[in-house]
Amino acid sequence: MEGTVTLLTTYLGGALAADVPSDTGNTAWVLTSAALVLLMTPGLALFYGGMVRAKNVLAMMMMSFGAMALISVLWVLYGYSVAFGDDVGAGLLGAPGEFLGLEGLMKDTTSEAGGLPALAFVGFQAVFAIITVALISGAIADRAKFGAWMVFAGVWATVVYFPIAHWVFDFTVTDKASGKVTHTGGWIANNLAAIDFAGGTAVHINAGAAGLALALVLGRRKGWPATPMKPHNLPLVLLGAGLLWFGWFGFNAGSALAANNTAAVAFVNTLVATGAAALGWLLTEKLRDGHATSLGAASGVVAGLVAITPSCSSVSPLGAIAVGTLAGVFCALAVGLKYRFGYDDSLDVVGVHLVGGLWGTLAVGLFATAAAPAGVDGLFYGGGVDQLWRQAVGAFAVLVVSFVATLVIGLAIEKTMGFRVDGDDESVGVDLTQHAETAYDLAPVSGGAFRGSLPGTGTPTVSGTGKGRTDQEVSA
Amino acid sequence: MKLVVAIVKPHKLDEVKAALEAFGIQGLTVSESSGYGRQRGHTEVYRGAEYTVDLVPKIRIEVLADDTDAEDVVDVIVKSAHTGRIGDGKVWTVPVDDVVRVRTGEHGADAL
Repeated sequence: MEGTVTLLTTYLGGALAADVPSDTGNTAWVLTSAALVLLMTPGLALFYGGMVRAKNVLAMMMMSFGAMALISVLWVLYGYSVAFGDDVGAGLLGAPGEFLGLEGLMKDTTSEAGGLPALAFVGFQAVFAIITVALISGAIADRAKFGAWMVFAGVWATVVYFPIAHWVFDFTVTDKASGKVTHTGGWIANNLAAIDFAGGTAVHINAGAAGLALALVLGRRKGWPATPMKPHNLPLVLLGAGLLWFGWFGFNAGSALAANNTAAVAFVNTLVATGAAALGWLLTEKLRDGHATSLGAASGVVAGLVAITPSCSSVSPLGAIAVGTLAGVFCALAVGLKYRFGYDDSLDVVGVHLVGGLWGTLAVGLFATAAAPAGVDGLFYGGGVDQLWRQAVGAFAVLVVSFVATLVIGLAIEKTMGFRVDGDDESVGVDLTQHAETAYDLAPVSGGAFRGSLPGTGTPTVSGTGKGRTDQEVSA
Repeated sequence: MKLVVAIVKPHKLDEVKAALEAFGIQGLTVSESSGYGRQRGHTEVYRGAEYTVDLVPKIRIEVLADDTDAEDVVDVIVKSAHTGRIGDGKVWTVPVDDVVRVRTGEHGADAL
């Protein structure tokens, strides 16, 4: 924990300490990790996109790409300030205007050996905000208006994610020489001292609780659960899960914010917990349903990644196997809850991210060992319940705040602009009705022609004049 | 003339086609189709939720034959498509008034 805090905060003390060149190894790793984490969102788009029916795959993926587009801009404008600005009260919020537009952060302010350029940290944290928003979209597959989703994404990031990132990721900085506090961070990281290395609370519990709230606001899809809505392309789901796993090394090992031992421990724990979770999920399926499925393998991978996210710096590799295996089992069982309680969390954001995030966050309190970089013993390693209750309070606080805030935002959008497409549009599919596109054109004959003029030319095409295509056009 | 229509298991298409060629049939039309008979469909499981898939994939083969050949064509298809397991399919014939070869304009048996 100590080491992590120091590393997390080296970039912040810069303004007060003498300027020293940034550590090239650390900077290279954090920038690389940021790019890895960005790739997780297209990976998530594939993971989600393969799970919906063919008529809704583009709309599903567009919710992820929309988040990439919008949140990257909001993060630069004010998101980083809200999350990592100096605390404005009780550890709940950073000063929203502190780094407006990132002005003033372009100077090299790295303070000491091992320091990161401020914008390396800004970029790394930006991609966390993007994927957290994108994760929610799985709960409202097949029935959301794209415009409403984009409004939701912006408001939710502003009101829910940016502040909660401040709670969890913004560490207080104390100047070593003077003992003076130079930067005040969020309450979960500092006052509560819960361990959430890479975002079990801020990312997964947060997105999972929001997904549950939105699934309730939008209601069930037409025909759910009686009508089969089976995945249209499982290879896409597997490819997406693979990209998520790959990118997650940046998410977890990159959260060390240095190319060091903590990163290496997080890396190996991220590898092994994920493998164990896939085994746990497959075994559960085999025993319960009779078959080990490819969707189960992909889902188990994600469940393991979610659970090891908060715990990858505090457990041993053997502990990671336990955390992962149980994550696979718990999540495989939890995806059935929606049928019991009747909420249409279409792609199991609750079953995988909320349950996996809760488990991983609590697992720190159980499986943490002082031998790991975080240096804390959990219940099973003789540390008692001290860390466990801190984990539980952090997890519960994020769950409740995210759920309630999302419910309010979701209902406000539903009552004003409408969140859900109308019934006919839903039946036809949201690809065509929201985006005027279809994902797959496999028919040898589609009978199409341009309508009106081609963009940028102003020239009417032949079909625009009411004739068919000429031979020239066909051969062109 | 007769139109012989056969619904067979997809993996039997190559055998049926080879057998028809050996019999001397010059051409046929194949389309992917789906449906069910007495075997009904099958069950698929996604994240623990069981889906009954009623319409299973089948291959629909259409062959035009002379009245004298039609029964043999049916036999050839039935023999080559047979596995003995439920879901092997159906073959039936319907009368055809006329057939025209588009390229030459030939009618009737000449067009086969």
